[in-house]
Amino acid sequence: MKQDLNINVHHLTRVEGHGNIVVNMKEGVLEKAQLEIVEAPRYFEAMLKGRSFHEAAIITSRICGICSLGHQMTSLKATEEALGLEISRQTLLLRKLLIHGATIQSNILHAYFLAAPDFLNVGSVFPLVGTHPEVVLRALRMKRLANDMGEILGGRAVHPITPVPGGFTKIPAEADLVEMKRRLLEECLPDVIATVETIKALAGAVPQFERETEYISVRSEEEYGLYDGNICSSDTGIHPVEDYLSVTNEHVVSHSSSKHAKHHRSSYMVGALARFNNSYDKLHPEAQKAAEALGLQPVNTNPYMITIAQVVEVAHCVFDSVAIIDELLAQGLKAEKPNQNPTRFGRGMATTEVPRGILFHDYTYNRRGEIVKANCIIPTGQNLANIDDDMKKLVPEIIAKSKDEITLQLEMLVRAYDPCISCSVHMLDVDFIE
Amino acid sequence: MSAKPTVGIFDFTGCEGCELNHLNFENELLALIGHIDFVEWREAMDDKAEHYTIAIVEGSISTPDCVQRIHDIRNRCDILIAVGACAVNGGMNAMKNQYPLEVVREEVYGEGKDLFATIPASPVSTYVRVDYEVRSCPMDQGEFLRLLTALLSGKQPQVCDNPVCVECKLNENECVYGKGMICMGPITRGGCNAMCPTHGQYCIGCRGLVSKPNMKGMVEILTNSGLSLEEAQKRINLFNTAERERILL
Repeated sequence: MKQDLNINVHHLTRVEGHGNIVVNMKEGVLEKAQLEIVEAPRYFEAMLKGRSFHEAAIITSRICGICSLGHQMTSLKATEEALGLEISRQTLLLRKLLIHGATIQSNILHAYFLAAPDFLNVGSVFPLVGTHPEVVLRALRMKRLANDMGEILGGRAVHPITPVPGGFTKIPAEADLVEMKRRLLEECLPDVIATVETIKALAGAVPQFERETEYISVRSEEEYGLYDGNICSSDTGIHPVEDYLSVTNEHVVSHSSSKHAKHHRSSYMVGALARFNNSYDKLHPEAQKAAEALGLQPVNTNPYMITIAQVVEVAHCVFDSVAIIDELLAQGLKAEKPNQNPTRFGRGMATTEVPRGILFHDYTYNRRGEIVKANCIIPTGQNLANIDDDMKKLVPEIIAKSKDEITLQLEMLVRAYDPCISCSVHMLDVDFIE
Repeated sequence: MSAKPTVGIFDFTGCEGCELNHLNFENELLALIGHIDFVEWREAMDDKAEHYTIAIVEGSISTPDCVQRIHDIRNRCDILIAVGACAVNGGMNAMKNQYPLEVVREEVYGEGKDLFATIPASPVSTYVRVDYEVRSCPMDQGEFLRLLTALLSGKQPQVCDNPVCVECKLNENECVYGKGMICMGPITRGGCNAMCPTHGQYCIGCRGLVSKPNMKGMVEILTNSGLSLEEAQKRINLFNTAERERILL
């Protein structure tokens, strides 16, 4: 069947940042199917040049509000590596707890507020206040708890205050952690169980679409890799973080103010589904049970299932948070000062899993502790080529549907990746000439 | 103001952290939608509207497309509120203005430098009239709610113009300089209840300058604390590049 199709979604809604979906098909031949990134570039290199190590995380946190904690953690790790700053076990545990809070917050925001309206045929979460009040209240309750974790540990959920190179400027009170644990167990766990039920009921509305691709994530042999680990590719195995440039291979494409990435094939996927596929064995047993209930098994190749993988991760983060709090309380909280005495000045590379996928920060410092070279590689930028490849396979498969249906399914595809477009156009990979 | 004003939320160049802070009103969101109708909010909903009683604007103006869009929004709203450092005073985005635009573009995109347009990053008020502002990076949630409550009840909101130091003293914090750190508190506009010093961190200056900052004194404190003149200027410029252009030139 020969067909013409022109789709142009200007400034796609319910995603972070500005992007357009453009599809052109002429006489049955797909000429173009791509996500155009039109977010204004921000030129972070101009902001980091010559900046003190005290400021690096303050600045890179502002690459993205939604991912601010993830940027901050990765930035602090890269700076500590470059300057030879050791951190304590307490700092490590508090950071892991912060990452769990941020992951719960971001995954709940995406699953309930950004993705779920598509499954219920509404344009936003607001109509659901009237039709599904208990679901909206539950989502708000879970998000609040996750943000409270950020506020108690970080001073503020968006652009946290207390995490600095070498430690924390303020340590939470034990009573706050006791209360956090109580809320996780008494409020959040029942909400997680109810969330699995709600999402299970919607699972029939998840589009059926399969495209096998390369999955790249952090992997740790000790735990479900979020805070730290090696680079893991489903195609090529384990790589040390120092090899990140040969994994990501960023390049400029004309339809995107964010650069694209490729490794072993024309594209690869990062994010919740890539993590799930690569590290399923490290998930908390209760999270594995949630995955089973939701019909998610590794290796899953349907990108629409990213949202489902996010819900599984919420279960993991809630259970693991309780375990971390138990360890912190057992060892007792100490009023430590951050270790900010550099033992060397050089290059530091770090990787962390943030909600949208694997993130890299790479800084080189001079002997005054000022940045001379910096590079950040962002999850959404790494996913863009994979989204384009998905669209190229998807459009011919659903071409018999109406234009409105095709448009919706493409919008849902892009939203499933939970793209963070502000992040992806941070524009920061440049040698500063001193 | 009449019942149920319509509200649109708009994002320009920035990190969308301020917008996220609207979605983070978990305890207040349901009460809020009892008093206002969100009619356009790209990050959260599909709907679009023609007119807004209140337009809430986040981010700096940094492309020709941004300029056109902010004029369009101003023409279609009664009240325009700039939220967050990027919108209020240009914030961190304005740091790129210190370098020639050609150089910045070529460094980032190389041969592709002409693909993506950019102009100096500016506060919203450079292009259109701004009726109210909510400062901080990210915008202060309490301050936003106080402003909205004042507008909905027909009261004139209070504008803070004291330095962060005043609030730091009221919190009985030890002076940050006494701890061997530097701090932007003396020239930075308060209203945040000295949030960062209270959490053991120094004030990074995210709320912009008080209306009459003692810049000479500030530079003196910083250089007395061991920073070079150049380092002192850099610290001050972190959030104030665009504002300093306006105040000092």
